[in-house]
Amino acid sequence: MTTATASHDTHHGPEKGLMRWVKTTNHKDIGTLYLWFAFSMLLIGGALAMGIRMELLQPGLQLMEPQFFNQLTTMHGLIMVFGAIMPAFVGLGNWLIPMMVGAPDMALPRMNNWSFWILPFAGGLLLSTFFMEGGAPAFGWTFYAPLSTTFAPDSTDFFIFAVHLLGFSSIMGAINIIATVLNMRAPAMKLMDMPLFVWTWLITSFLLIGAMPVLAGAVTMMLTDRNFGTAFFDATGGGDPVMFQHIFWFFGHPEVYIMILPAFGVVSHIIPTFSRKPLFGYSSMVYATASIAFLSYIVWAHHMFLTGMPVAGELYFMYATMLIAVPTGVKVFNWISTMWRGSMTFETPMLWAISFVFLFTIGGFSGLMLGIAPADIQYHDTYFVVAHFHYVLVTGALWSIIAATFYWLPKWTGKMYNESLAKIHFWWAVISVNVLFFPQHFLGLAGMPRRIPDYSLQFADFNFISSIGGFAFGASFILFTYIVFDCIRNGKPATARPWEGAKGLEWTLAPKAQYHSFNTPPSRELIESESQHS
Amino acid sequence: MGKLSKVIASSIALLSTAVFSEYGLNMTEGVTSISHDIYDLHMMVFWVCVVIAAIVFGAMFYSVFAHRKSKGAVAAQFHESTKAEILWTLVPVVILVGMAIPASKTLIDLEDTSKAEMTVKVTGHQWKWQYDYPKEGISFISNLAKTSKDSVASDIDNLNNENYKTGATSVDNYLLEVDKRLVLPVDTSIRFLITSNDVIHNWWVLDFGVKQDANPGFINDAWAKVDKIGTYRGQCAELCGKDHGFMPIVVDVVSKADYAKWVEKEQASAAAAIASATQVWSKADLMSKGKKVYESNCAGCHKMDGSGMPPIFPAIKDSAIANGIASEHMTIVLHGKAGMPTFKMLGDADLASVITYERNAFGNTGSVVQPSDVKSAR
Repeated sequence: MTTATASHDTHHGPEKGLMRWVKTTNHKDIGTLYLWFAFSMLLIGGALAMGIRMELLQPGLQLMEPQFFNQLTTMHGLIMVFGAIMPAFVGLGNWLIPMMVGAPDMALPRMNNWSFWILPFAGGLLLSTFFMEGGAPAFGWTFYAPLSTTFAPDSTDFFIFAVHLLGFSSIMGAINIIATVLNMRAPAMKLMDMPLFVWTWLITSFLLIGAMPVLAGAVTMMLTDRNFGTAFFDATGGGDPVMFQHIFWFFGHPEVYIMILPAFGVVSHIIPTFSRKPLFGYSSMVYATASIAFLSYIVWAHHMFLTGMPVAGELYFMYATMLIAVPTGVKVFNWISTMWRGSMTFETPMLWAISFVFLFTIGGFSGLMLGIAPADIQYHDTYFVVAHFHYVLVTGALWSIIAATFYWLPKWTGKMYNESLAKIHFWWAVISVNVLFFPQHFLGLAGMPRRIPDYSLQFADFNFISSIGGFAFGASFILFTYIVFDCIRNGKPATARPWEGAKGLEWTLAPKAQYHSFNTPPSRELIESESQHS
Repeated sequence: MGKLSKVIASSIALLSTAVFSEYGLNMTEGVTSISHDIYDLHMMVFWVCVVIAAIVFGAMFYSVFAHRKSKGAVAAQFHESTKAEILWTLVPVVILVGMAIPASKTLIDLEDTSKAEMTVKVTGHQWKWQYDYPKEGISFISNLAKTSKDSVASDIDNLNNENYKTGATSVDNYLLEVDKRLVLPVDTSIRFLITSNDVIHNWWVLDFGVKQDANPGFINDAWAKVDKIGTYRGQCAELCGKDHGFMPIVVDVVSKADYAKWVEKEQASAAAAIASATQVWSKADLMSKGKKVYESNCAGCHKMDGSGMPPIFPAIKDSAIANGIASEHMTIVLHGKAGMPTFKMLGDADLASVITYERNAFGNTGSVVQPSDVKSAR
């Protein structure tokens, strides 16, 4: 009896050594694994981007053959989308959602372990294509058929399986989050009590479950077109290459909201904290998130205005796309109203959040311009588009991930990061990222197509500036890495609630959240006093 | 690190010269009614965005400066206003409707190709454009000009040469010049029928406001009525494989009289080409013509020396096909195979000479192929 109790007790702490991470079913451990995985993929994807900017620094080919350049752009996109941004948000969700809803862990802990451990293999499979005969996939992250079917290198089949695996992982992650939020939430917490990060992730999960199987379908059709003689996307066999784009973007458009809705959630935590004011318009934020998610399913063909759609289709997709500006605008207005007449301080997370609002909105404006179908004729597939989606994904999604890292790092490690270094890092990153991406608007409007390894001379100046910004931005991650390691190793002890205005159940836990938290659900009083919006 | 030092050295040179004055900040107004309309829409939406940005960011930065704790600001506790939410839902809707009306008009206009006075068919190939004037009976291929092509090839050959400096900056219209330009009459409504022979390309001429996907197996249309004589340049705008960045478009828009003269000349040379295809050519003639055809159509993948880039682009030097039966060689060139596109759009004489060249250059010892052989193999 005594021994049984003793062995039972040992399950309450983490295991020692490497096997802790292989076998863990703890949401905090798995969140950590996700975040480190995402960070390493961010560095790899960033290294590829450095190669791209190095080649584009000046006219002429200096470093690589055109085919290798195409491999870099393709793999940069795939790794950043599927390897860095998405796993980073799943990592944040794993770490934070159980603590925010007062649950002891994720609802499906073993599946949680599996959905993480698929990722390194999927990522490895994808990266291994660089070393295969014929090179890595070179058809862009959007892999339009028939370039990705009939005309693709052999490694494409490995890419297809990697996408399948990444899809499995995402779907399982989404199911887990839905089950956790709906079944493991503290009984005293109503849906409209949930913090916005939880809401945005719940809605994102439904987007994942709806969109990822469609992507799996698209790559499976590619697989059979390539290997088993079908002709889904081959016009000579009665198929239709444009159908590929419809299927891809039916996944692809929800996908861009999968990468930005949790970002909205993060920012909706940070701005009220450092404004020392409740979040303005909580319920309208929830409804706006749901509206954006719904609209994201019915606007996909705005990526396809030039494919030869009938004019009625173009009109519909233009109107539906413009509508997205409405709920997105509501969010921005609510964030600014939250700041309005607050008592603001500007610790590092707040700096990232405010610059998120500013820069993401710039990306939103260029998005609105792109949504105007006739104008899209001139913008489509130029650097204007490249600038647009990097403003949305880098200074949007990635910005929120970095903001979240600084905001919750004390809770994860029990230690404080070096605030002055973190501020230097912020200013370094925010200036260089604009030097990197803002000139790309000009390049696109002047007529530089995207995905070209070399360009005519009138594009030389802005490419040069953009590349210099790119190198500086890339280097900022060296400092970021140092700040995080420095925090883990040498950080000063943090208090349980390191931010004066922070509210939320996670801040009621120990300075470093204990390995098992909320073994008993929080009370109604606690939930109400930690609510963001009352 | 050798490559890196090469990049750094030439960047310093670039900085010190800074010769590139011809850059643009904004979209061009272009030379067609559509491009004007698009430009107007672009500017309208841009200014609307600027005004909204000024208000929104103005409020945000005012708040950031005024409502800070260090200035003693005490946080208000308001957190809801249904009125405000309704207001900032409805006002954007009204603005969006205001944008959607002119946008719809332009869209409907630019999709209506029914007023066209003439038609040009544009076919994308990896990595060149083919232009057909169906009524006039003119057809030709437009490749990247030799000056740019040579510069790119020399860059690639010298990727590992630290002391090499690219010649790109001294090439006129680098990457934006072709060996044979599309010629169109001014003040004429032209319908473009756009398709592809292999992967998806996109035919884009910025100044025309025409950018349309070229889908294999399907035909898209677009139209333009150019109101100014001149030379206009564009590029393929859809990733189409390794030389996507090297298939430009150059259009000469000329007066109607000059256009008529050009058509006459082209028709005469087309007739001459058909006549020459019925003759028996000497091996030397086939080889010298074949070399030119090879260099502009085949060398991109199979390399100047026929070594190819295995495994995707096989070598022609010592290949079983080039040294084997002529009919099999012709079938592959005419109809393509896997990643190799068809070249049936080339004339019989061109094909006969390039096949003969492939069979007898690079140390190969295949047979001679005559234009009449190609004609019967089609």
